[in-house]
Amino acid sequence: MKLIFHIWRQRDGRSPGRMVRYEQDGLNPDMSMLEALDVLNEELILKGEDPVVFEHDCREGICGSCGFMINGVAHGPLSKTTVCQLTLRHFDNGAELYLEPWRAKAFPILRDLMVDRSALDRIIASGGYISTPAGSAPDGNAIPVSKEAAERAMDAAACIGCGACVAACPNASASLFTGAKIAHLGLLPQGQPERARRALRMVARMNEEGFGQCTNIGECEAVCPKGIRVEVISRMNRDFLKASWTARRAGAD
Amino acid sequence: MPIAGNIEAAGRWRAGSLSLDARAPGGPIERAWDKARFEMKLVSPANKRKHEIIVVGSGLAGASAAATLAELGYNVKCFCFQDSPRRAHSIAAQGGINAAKNYHNDGDSVYRLFYDTVKGGDFRSREANVYRLAQISVQIIDQCVAQGVPFAREYGGTLANRSFGGAQVSRTFYARGQTGQQLLLGAYQALERQVDAGRVKMFPRTEMLDLVVVDGRARGIVTRDLVSGAIESHAADAVVLATGGYGNVYYLSTNAKGSNCTAIWRAYKRGAAFANPCFTQIHPTCIPVSGHYQSKLTLMSESLRNDGRIWVPLNKGDKRAPNEIPEAERDYYLERRYPSFGNLVPRDVASRNAKAVCDEGRGVGEHGLGVYLDFADAIARLGRAVIEERYGNLFEMYQRITGENPYQTPMRIYPAIHYTMGGLWVDYQLMSTIPGLFVIGEANFSDHGANRLGASALMQGLSDGYFILPYTLGNYLAGEKFEKADPLSPEFREAQDAVAERTRRLLEARGRRTVDSFHRELGKLVWDYCGMSRNAGGLEHAIGKIRELGEEYWREVKVPGAAKEINQSLEKAGRVADFFELAELMCIDALHRDESCGAHFREEHQTPDGEALRDDARFSYVAAWQYNGGDPPLLNKEPLRFEYVHPSQRSYK
Repeated sequence: MKLIFHIWRQRDGRSPGRMVRYEQDGLNPDMSMLEALDVLNEELILKGEDPVVFEHDCREGICGSCGFMINGVAHGPLSKTTVCQLTLRHFDNGAELYLEPWRAKAFPILRDLMVDRSALDRIIASGGYISTPAGSAPDGNAIPVSKEAAERAMDAAACIGCGACVAACPNASASLFTGAKIAHLGLLPQGQPERARRALRMVARMNEEGFGQCTNIGECEAVCPKGIRVEVISRMNRDFLKASWTARRAGAD
Repeated sequence: MPIAGNIEAAGRWRAGSLSLDARAPGGPIERAWDKARFEMKLVSPANKRKHEIIVVGSGLAGASAAATLAELGYNVKCFCFQDSPRRAHSIAAQGGINAAKNYHNDGDSVYRLFYDTVKGGDFRSREANVYRLAQISVQIIDQCVAQGVPFAREYGGTLANRSFGGAQVSRTFYARGQTGQQLLLGAYQALERQVDAGRVKMFPRTEMLDLVVVDGRARGIVTRDLVSGAIESHAADAVVLATGGYGNVYYLSTNAKGSNCTAIWRAYKRGAAFANPCFTQIHPTCIPVSGHYQSKLTLMSESLRNDGRIWVPLNKGDKRAPNEIPEAERDYYLERRYPSFGNLVPRDVASRNAKAVCDEGRGVGEHGLGVYLDFADAIARLGRAVIEERYGNLFEMYQRITGENPYQTPMRIYPAIHYTMGGLWVDYQLMSTIPGLFVIGEANFSDHGANRLGASALMQGLSDGYFILPYTLGNYLAGEKFEKADPLSPEFREAQDAVAERTRRLLEARGRRTVDSFHRELGKLVWDYCGMSRNAGGLEHAIGKIRELGEEYWREVKVPGAAKEINQSLEKAGRVADFFELAELMCIDALHRDESCGAHFREEHQTPDGEALRDDARFSYVAAWQYNGGDPPLLNKEPLRFEYVHPSQRSYK
């Protein structure tokens, strides 16, 4: 099959970028989007041109490395699927595809389709954990967790940190990402002691990193390859409000 | 133990003279780890912060080690080539993690997990290490639960378990089909907590390209910043490699595209012995190859074998759709040949049997390289809802990739390279033959012998990182005197120059072939001759071919771009150059090991019904290879003694 790609090419964060057109014929519909780019890159290298830089690693939708916009949609048209598992059979023969990097102030462009997502690590570092040094844990069954709580925590914990939610959001908000971690840990009994501190610190860090605010648009849920629900944002807001209120009261005492 | 003289005489290797002291404590095995810990020297809390430790890799082993060392008070620098430590390939492990909790009251114990692991490894692992692993397994689950890993639960709130290949008890803990992801996120979050506290400095997008040895001790590494291209030196009092396995030598594997052998290979070339490189595991349940453009193989969790039944048509060349083949014309070959383990035989046995039925011409799918994994009976017995809850995300993934619905038609699976039991040789303290160089997780060779059991890789990575290395590293530091290593010293400069020179040579070759085209060709050679089954003639042939292709590589490779910029082709080029050298050592090791054991199946050595035939009299040892400049590598042997689990022919019938 044939596809026409328009790919964002940009040397580095300081240089201007532009869309470049590439026509690819003889593609196999069973290929993944990234395999199509592999083929393109092999051709570019042999022609003496710079291959397209894009991030990828596991190619089975779990590491969260890959991701770019396809015709304005983060990870492309297939729901709950990262670009590494998006096969070409989902496109029409001869389709024109515009590939662009995640665009957000907090995700500076490094080259072509590659951006710097380290802000997400810093949000986790600010409080996205349960403090239990190795060796300090009680027996696993000493902390019963209801099946329902474990399942709901797992739903939120499935986040792969790809950044699609930020890229899809008109405000470039990281609320789905941050809310997912707050929900995952807050739903479990182990996560209760640090729950208030976690919400306060993670939300503060998210704002410092230059992400926008959530205005309940829901684009993030629509593109999330792991199907994380916007409910996690409600949980984040609730935890944050409650913690701010308690902190203020404690300050007044 | 003399080795077949005729092959050695061909000059493929020479005898080495390393003394490989495993430092395993004597006495009753149940008390060995306690005894070892008691005998270890300690570093006082005030002195811990004076030590700088380098950890390379941020998967289960690396992240858990870096976090735990920092919790203890050491200064840690942690490196990973990915943009975030959370993306290390441990994240892709699906099925679960073993622990001898016996929560199911089905007769499990530390001793049974130990026994299963030694037997599963086909008696090529070190008993004391394996026993310790089984003991620590229990603590790992506790630690991960406390961190908030959302393990599957029963309605009463207790932890759920499933069974896994190679075991008859239910001891595998899991978080849907994303157990590796959840365990890694637990370790990653612990690591990020230490980053925030200033005790770990994280270097993402940074690749280790050489090891620096000063006065016989590992004192630092040379790295390339993958964004700026800068080559830099980092000094420390000890270096920990947690850089995973080398399955990508085969090009097509279930490993992430970036997984590579460079860190351990550079260490090998600086003097660390490489143990059992030919022990590579083929995973029985992967999605079959669909075309030559294919960039990787996707694994379907082995846990699927709990409820799925494996079969092929009874008759050769039966091209009917699976649903049209009546029961009487199906061959459930694992259930037939291994009635007591059935579909749950260990990975090597399952893989070889799949290859055998495909070689007979009974394989399914377009290329005949596949067998069916059928859930029809399980769905009829348990209902679709239960199957969906257990394997929903795996079924979804299968459908996404193949376009077929496994609720309606059986999956097609075929074996693929998945894990490497071989790795750098380490003693009981997890230290390599270079003092101060520790190796943990898949990067070392230690615990799985010639074949790893399912759900044991996660256990080993976390055991090394959370509960072993933090003690043994302290023991090393307390016994040595350190002056601050100087990154401007001749040893560092020499290593840095060597890295710059390699980079220059790759960029200046300006040949006619891409890195990937070479990698693909190399991978096919290794898969054909040093894959699921091997023989002496094939291995000799492969060694010649690998050398030829390797020479062509340095002449003909075409690497675009420059050194001082983001250059993904250059990154790949360096890794593939190392894969060439490793591939040769794998073949030499496979050639020298003139027996079959575990995943290493030499066609010359099999029982009449095609099972692997070990030769304990000649090969009950770890082969630890030593780099010898341009000359053939040196073979050193660590003899293996089995005082508890007596070597027998494995039987899963």
